Amino acid sequence: MVSFIVRRVLSTLPVMIIVAIVVFAMLRLTPGDPAVVIAGDQATAEQIARIRSNLGLDLPIHVQFVTWIGQLLKGDLGISIFTNMPVSTLIAQRLEPTLMLSLTTICFSVLVAVPLGVWAAWRSGTWTDRVIMVFSVLGFSFPVFVLGYLLIYQFGLTLKWLPTQGYKSPFSDPVGFVRSIIMPTITLSMIYIALVTRITRASVLEVLSEDYIRTARAKGQIERKVLFRHALKNAAVPIATIIGIGIALLIGGAVVTETVFNIPGLGRLVVDAILRRDYPIIQGLILVFSFTYIIINMLIDIAYTLFDPRIRY
Amino acid sequence: MNSRSSTTDTGTLAKWGQFCRSHPFTAIAGVILIVLVLAALLAPYLGTVDPRKINILPRMRPPSPQAWFGSDQLGRDVWTRTLYGARISLMVGLLVALMSISLGLLIGMISGYMRRLDAVIMRVMDGLMSIPGILLAIGLVSVSGASFITVTIAITVPEIPRVVRLVRAIVLSVREEPYVEAAIAVGTKTPLILWRHVLPNCVPPLIVQATYVAASAMLTEALLSFLGAGTPPEIPSWGNMMAEGRIVFPIAPWIVLIPGCTLALAILAVNVLGDGLRDRLDPKIAKRM
Repeated sequence: MVSFIVRRVLSTLPVMIIVAIVVFAMLRLTPGDPAVVIAGDQATAEQIARIRSNLGLDLPIHVQFVTWIGQLLKGDLGISIFTNMPVSTLIAQRLEPTLMLSLTTICFSVLVAVPLGVWAAWRSGTWTDRVIMVFSVLGFSFPVFVLGYLLIYQFGLTLKWLPTQGYKSPFSDPVGFVRSIIMPTITLSMIYIALVTRITRASVLEVLSEDYIRTARAKGQIERKVLFRHALKNAAVPIATIIGIGIALLIGGAVVTETVFNIPGLGRLVVDAILRRDYPIIQGLILVFSFTYIIINMLIDIAYTLFDPRIRY
Repeated sequence: MNSRSSTTDTGTLAKWGQFCRSHPFTAIAGVILIVLVLAALLAPYLGTVDPRKINILPRMRPPSPQAWFGSDQLGRDVWTRTLYGARISLMVGLLVALMSISLGLLIGMISGYMRRLDAVIMRVMDGLMSIPGILLAIGLVSVSGASFITVTIAITVPEIPRVVRLVRAIVLSVREEPYVEAAIAVGTKTPLILWRHVLPNCVPPLIVQATYVAASAMLTEALLSFLGAGTPPEIPSWGNMMAEGRIVFPIAPWIVLIPGCTLALAILAVNVLGDGLRDRLDPKIAKRM
């Protein structure tokens, strides 16, 4: 067990190194001069030179690589071109809203999607199943921002039930937080719910044909317990895996959702960085999000080897 | 499902007809897509004006019999821009699907057939897959400048790893098949084995994958434009329309909602078509036919 955990932790290192190399190469191997592109059309030679030195592009490539890896190991993500502040500080300042939105979204999605998937599997082949699956396809296809605007239009502008813009911290204004987070959470959850429902249905369906399910039913176990205690428990591994993989979708969706609802989180930081051509921020966020994704998936892998006695390495 | 076993001696057309009857959603999705493609191709002849024409007088007019979809804050006709936007969206979907499938096929076959390169290629793909697609695309666009071509390439790169994994899995299973072992035994050269035995096995799942890639590419293109890292603002893409309409959303919601819902409909149609094709082309079922 311990050796598995050690191996699993170590196995994230090559992936993280590859991510770092990809991000490094993105700036250096792009045809054309990235400093000119980042500086924009109206830039002076001086501005271009400043960006070049900010990004370290004026050094030989092997020196650039060593410096880059060295800085990363120290947690240094570079300096923002626009504000001249360390990227890591800027990210830390904007972390809370994104973290809160992600947490509420994951909780809401799992609470909705897992029972829905179990229900669809239980009623497989019936109209209930079909309707749930149609909603799942819809969830995949409906762009987050379109859903966000439809919600704003209906519940914000027409019914005036909820605020349409902004974010309140749960620590200073709990009621405001709940009111401001409802629509963004629903918006962001849509695709996640679709994904998790689908996988839950598929894996529960597979388990439901097992002998021990028949045994449980034969001994008179009530159906709810058969479904949740026997079937869902044994179908949990693929569901947990997809919840982890879905984080990638969540991150992309969070950027857009924050833009739609004007939430001052990491997503807004990306969009502001795009507008101001502040490449170090974009680069830093790519690294932070990717590493988060890798670590969360590692933790999920480790968690189910701890909880599922069938998995032994 | 049981309709398939009886289709062996009927014509192709009749087979597809039968398929459409048993899969009404797929048929509807197909029709929606054909309508969208026609609308995109025939955009200049469908009661449209110049999509870039700025008209100061009729600004933010709601949809009416004169202007079916209303006008935006610069007085441009939303109906016209929605039709021209379909061109961008469908073109991006098609191009990204073609590019990522062909590149993914090439890399996947190399990876599946050359053990030495396999480990390296797959680690790189793992790395690429851990970068959220939209962010990778944003990064690529910000270093290479926003144009139709750079945006298309930026959307293609994050799509490649999934295709590579799919192709590699097929290659690994096919190369254990007796007929491939036989081909190796009689001295068939590797490229010929790949071409004659491996490639045909990849085609059906790749067609299905292509539809999913196209749907995801259309979505990413709109998201990139919406976030300001997409096609240049002078191009009337659905994402650009939504990005521009965002500021006036409370007073003129149709500027955002019309291109948004069209986009949703297009993506839905492509996805449903993909699900239908998957049922139709599933290799296990195909073998029985």
